[in-house]
Amino acid sequence: MISLAGRDILHSWDKFVLTGIGLGLLIGATLTMAGVYRGMVDDAKVLLTNSGADLWVVQKDTQGPYAEASTIKDDVYRSVLGLPGVEQAANVSYLTMQVSSGDTDRRTMVVGFEPGQPGEPGYLIAGRRLLRSHYEAIADVKTGLALGERVRVRRHEYVVVGLTRRMVSSGGDPMLFIPLKDAQEAQFLKDNDAIVSDRARTAANPALNRPGVPGLVDAINASQTSNRNVNAVLVRLADGYPADSVAQEIRRWKHLQAYTRDDMEEILVAKLIATSAKQIGMFLAILTIVSAAIVAFIIYTMTLGKIREIAVLKLIGTRNRSIAGMILQQALGLGVIGFVVGKISATLWAPAFPKYVLLEPADALTAFAIVMLVCTLASTLAIRVALKVDPATAIGG
Amino acid sequence: MNTQRLRRFGFIAAAAILIAAFVWVLARSGPLAPVRVVTATVARADIAPMLFGIGVVEARRSYLVGPTSAGRVRSVKVDVGEQVTAGQVLAEMEPVDLDQRYAATSAAAARARNAVDTAAAQLADSVARRRIAAANANRYDDLGRKGFVSISVSEGKSQELKSADAQMAAAESALAAARQDFARLGAERDGAQQQRANLRLQAPVNGIVTARDAEAGSTVVAGQAVLRLIAPDSLWVKLRLDQNRSTGLAPDLPAEIVLRSRPQQTFPGKVARIELISDSVTEERVAQVSFDSVPTGVSVGEMSEITLRLPAIKAALVVPNAALRQRDGKSGVWLQTADGLRFVAVKTGVAGADGMLQILDGLKEGDAVITHSERDLSANTRTKVVSSLIAAAPSAAGK
Repeated sequence: MISLAGRDILHSWDKFVLTGIGLGLLIGATLTMAGVYRGMVDDAKVLLTNSGADLWVVQKDTQGPYAEASTIKDDVYRSVLGLPGVEQAANVSYLTMQVSSGDTDRRTMVVGFEPGQPGEPGYLIAGRRLLRSHYEAIADVKTGLALGERVRVRRHEYVVVGLTRRMVSSGGDPMLFIPLKDAQEAQFLKDNDAIVSDRARTAANPALNRPGVPGLVDAINASQTSNRNVNAVLVRLADGYPADSVAQEIRRWKHLQAYTRDDMEEILVAKLIATSAKQIGMFLAILTIVSAAIVAFIIYTMTLGKIREIAVLKLIGTRNRSIAGMILQQALGLGVIGFVVGKISATLWAPAFPKYVLLEPADALTAFAIVMLVCTLASTLAIRVALKVDPATAIGG
Repeated sequence: MNTQRLRRFGFIAAAAILIAAFVWVLARSGPLAPVRVVTATVARADIAPMLFGIGVVEARRSYLVGPTSAGRVRSVKVDVGEQVTAGQVLAEMEPVDLDQRYAATSAAAARARNAVDTAAAQLADSVARRRIAAANANRYDDLGRKGFVSISVSEGKSQELKSADAQMAAAESALAAARQDFARLGAERDGAQQQRANLRLQAPVNGIVTARDAEAGSTVVAGQAVLRLIAPDSLWVKLRLDQNRSTGLAPDLPAEIVLRSRPQQTFPGKVARIELISDSVTEERVAQVSFDSVPTGVSVGEMSEITLRLPAIKAALVVPNAALRQRDGKSGVWLQTADGLRFVAVKTGVAGADGMLQILDGLKEGDAVITHSERDLSANTRTKVVSSLIAAAPSAAGK
């Protein structure tokens, strides 16, 4: 038995393929939108994974350090380190700022970390780890920085010695890792004009600048410009200690807030990016419905365009089953081409997006199932029309 | 039939292109795609560790010149930046009544000097009187023994001699007292002069004035600086090193000093002193690094970056430090073996200045380790070794 569908497709395969590609681009857009949503969630999760921590210790009654501001003293880690079950504890500071190199500036999240401790980037794609305790940086490739480039953070210039990948803040800003002490300074150091006018203010205060106490005003100025704060302490637990109980211990006895990985994910995914994720999700839902409708209409109109040929088929006595099979096969073929083109196009243009687009295989499979389902449903509509057609139209018109 | 064939060929070609593109996409992304990695071979090489810290230029010897008691500044004779020599008068305090007290004690001393003269003259007078009394007593004693005068006359003369003796002794002690008085008042006068001199603030050494903290007319308390001096040849850098990166810090280590004002220039120096007490708050060790020759124009308080080079370890087993990963709380490296990846915990030694890391235990020479990877690795990650992850495919790196 000859394949009616194959014959028909061959007859005008260019039109068929072009329709399929058009459909594919639409499916590609839908897949990309799903990828954008997944990418947002992944950005939040990768932030937690990359920090390598089991617990986040932050200021009491805050949801820091990512979702809210949190400030704790940098010697807190010592007392945390003394708790049973704590294997490593390290200070870390986060600061989102514009970082300039040359005449451009980029929005980045500056991370202050201690080498060899939680918070350090887990892997590099080029370059080396920090050797000096000051003025060296590891940058995410998304910052656009290259090895050896000098980048300015507040007062000092840093040399990029290593590059990493997928190190982003929950908002998708690429990270720039610098030594903790430099980050502390960058975070709390005011600009020089402000420091000078602060000194003048202190000196003008008769209570602080007493004639009989030389050196008092200098001491006050010195204490005003130094910074002993960090944003969080990252804790890695020893084997066999449940995160919840250690977190409970820290909350109860250290009067600090401690979050486990699950708590943090809840804060980031369910609270921090909730609105924008829902926004994208809503759009994704609409796009899916619209795509499905367009696929259905295309198949329907394609069949209607062939109504005369179908009438001829009927006239020569082709069985209904064969005609229905032809339409269904064509619809599914179109769906397959569309899906393949969609998947290819989404994969090709995803890297060009400024934020991470995560194309999950599971999403692709779901999309494939939906496409096939929609094609089948649409073809049933078309089949109904085709079977109802009067063979006489083939002659009369 | 020919056109039919052409059509069929065209369709098959289009389908083939589509399928090839799809397969390529699946192989390039998603779970089937191998992770691209860069490997390095464990080798033996010399490794030279380095210590790095920042410091502030300080003067080893700095001087605060000020009065020893509270007072008002009368005049300041030098300004900031001036070179001064030891003993030069830099400023003067208001003497208040010290000049008058000096005049009073001087006058009293002069008067005491006159009193000494008077006492000396009285002594000379009493000596002369005694000499006459002694001669008379001698003569009358002789005449009395021969019976020419009565015994009472001779005794009278003898009594006169004794009286003259006593008067002479009184005059001698009056002279000594006058001399002591003179010495006391002279000392008092000298003391007043010393106090007066103390109000002149003098340079203790040859140096440069760095601050002028008080002006004429202002009141300062005891010990408060009117002027600050430094000895310019004593400039050195107070270096702060992170405690966990200070292994090997030793006196006399060669240092490279880069001043913030001259970032392109490196000044040689060496570790002059290591402080026994490190900063417990900042967790830093403190050491002083001296310049081999102090550069001209360097400012006190200037920030500088200091690199200390430690002696190299010969033929150590090294890997690039990018290879070191943390996994389940252990430091180790990913070993590329014939049957996939294996995580090996390693014991590391010193870190070299060139980014290499000494391996003490866990690896052997010739092992291939993964230095860079596109993403985090696990034991069953499929990998594809490439020479570089950034230059080769910027699009993939930008993903």
